[in-house]
Amino acid sequence: MTTEPNPTPKEPSRLYRMWDSDLAYAFRTAPVAIAATLVALIIIGGAVFAPWLATMNPFNPAELNLMNGFTPPMEPNAFTGETFLMGADNQGRDMLSTILYGTRTSLFVGAMAVLFAMVLGISVGLFAGWRGGWVDSALMRVADVQLAFPAILIALLVFGIARGFIPDNLRDQLAIWVLIVAIGLSDWVQFARVVRGATMVEKNKEYVQAARVIGAHPVKIMFRHILPNVMGPVLVIATISLALAIIAEATLSFLGVGVPPTQPSLGTLIRIGQSFLISGEWWILLFPALTLLALALSVNLLGDWLRDALNPRLR
Amino acid sequence: MIAFILRRLLQSIIVMVAVAAVSFTLFRFVGDPISSMVGQEASIADREALRDSLGLNDSIISQFLRFMGDALQGEFGISYRLQMPVTELILQRLPATVELALVSGTLAFVLGLSLGVYTALKRRGILSNLIMTGSLIGVSLPTFLIGVLLIWVFAVELRWLPSNGRGEVVALGDWWSTGFLTHSGRLALILPAITLGLYQMTLIMRLVRAEMLEVLRTDYIKFARARGLSSRAVNFGHALKNTLVPVITITGLQLGSIIAFAIITETVFNWPGVGALFINSVRFVDVPVMAAYLMMIALIFVVINLIVDLLYYAVDPRLRVDRAAKAH
Repeated sequence: MTTEPNPTPKEPSRLYRMWDSDLAYAFRTAPVAIAATLVALIIIGGAVFAPWLATMNPFNPAELNLMNGFTPPMEPNAFTGETFLMGADNQGRDMLSTILYGTRTSLFVGAMAVLFAMVLGISVGLFAGWRGGWVDSALMRVADVQLAFPAILIALLVFGIARGFIPDNLRDQLAIWVLIVAIGLSDWVQFARVVRGATMVEKNKEYVQAARVIGAHPVKIMFRHILPNVMGPVLVIATISLALAIIAEATLSFLGVGVPPTQPSLGTLIRIGQSFLISGEWWILLFPALTLLALALSVNLLGDWLRDALNPRLR
Repeated sequence: MIAFILRRLLQSIIVMVAVAAVSFTLFRFVGDPISSMVGQEASIADREALRDSLGLNDSIISQFLRFMGDALQGEFGISYRLQMPVTELILQRLPATVELALVSGTLAFVLGLSLGVYTALKRRGILSNLIMTGSLIGVSLPTFLIGVLLIWVFAVELRWLPSNGRGEVVALGDWWSTGFLTHSGRLALILPAITLGLYQMTLIMRLVRAEMLEVLRTDYIKFARARGLSSRAVNFGHALKNTLVPVITITGLQLGSIIAFAIITETVFNWPGVGALFINSVRFVDVPVMAAYLMMIALIFVVINLIVDLLYYAVDPRLRVDRAAKAH
């Protein structure tokens, strides 16, 4: 019996290969990308761990002290002596805690909306690209028409129409999900167009023909064989879409047609802050606005960097 | 050429019919139109009679056709919330939106064009780099945040400009009111116009710069320089002229976006326009207003797109060749 030679002991670990890849190298040498990632991670981390990080649950009336209302940042309150890093709002909520919870809502809606748009867009794109013919041209014509309208308008219309169909007593409960569907529906076209284009190229390649000859089911070929090869651009669009979805959610909530008042997002907080601007309580507006800006900008920059890094023409 | 126009027209009509169908569905199936018209005490027989007289028992197809006929005549029923004919409500508020869109559109085009040309010609200048960095922030800032920040600086801190409303307006005839003719009206326009125009301005500026840089690299520009033409003649007579075609197309298409983003700006500044009316109709599920606004916006977009497409076709000979080649 011969002993098998050890299967290549110097095989680099998966982690090392990731570190050594082109993408990781491009990332390590791009200070803007690193800074953007750091900012995004801090904000996302704050939102995810909000219940543990926040000093209070701002939506539990039992924890609020109205005497703390309008405490400026870093100054002890005249009555209670409590100090808040970012001040307190009119009801004595700690702004930092409110922002952490608000970002949680914003990110949840944004991420779910992008996920929804991605699943819908990828499915439509794969199907249209694979089938071709009139199915393809009908789907893409719908996409073209939708693309002519600004996304925010589509989201508003979908939101308004959906609200009309939902009975009064369920409106607030379902508002977040309606919002997610509305923003997702306003954004699926980008995914569908890119995936369709790539699918049309990929489907004539030999590996797809090989899979067909074996007798693989078309759905399996689409998702197992073609999809992994078009994932690069999809990832780029998803990142940029996340920034757009967060802004769209903030805009709708600012307009008062987004999340319910019991679950404020960054947009709601900015709307509340605007009403205290005239009387001089600037911190109620400034900190949520800065958070939204930092979040949108960092995700945007990351998306831009990813697009350049994955584009072989720019190397 | 005629085939192209016909096909394009047909497409526009299909889009409008589709939007009308959505609008009609909304109109007909959201809530019960009868209970929003009669009081609690109306008997079932009365309701049935009203239902019959309104034609709500007819087939869906004939109801839809009637809806389309009414819509073509500008008839959209009565607002549930404000108890006024929707068409009248919209017409009353249209001047505010149109004036705002016109001013910010002009602002965006003029400033965007000049800044774009400047940054393209002085590519390495410090000021150009500053403008380009600034434009990046302008693109990432959400419209409503720009408005809020402008109010903070110019209305609350500096107290230079008003933060809400249209100021005094002057009636021009029966159906138009203008803010252009009074001092307070003009002052009130400044902040909303900047808010609404900033995003479009950065977009036009970046587009002009990119197109201009592209054109400046071409051979005919080098040749024009070699011929000894003044740089003014080369830059403006040759280069700018050739960048304008795509720029005008995009600007035309952006006109629709301006109307859409007006919804946001009008809410921030309490501007009494159609967009604010629409937001309130969404908030209070005022279906007739929503349906009418949907049709109006769709019509504006379809018309703008149609005009831009036809213009493009008329202006750019390459497109004609392309289409002809594709047809064979």
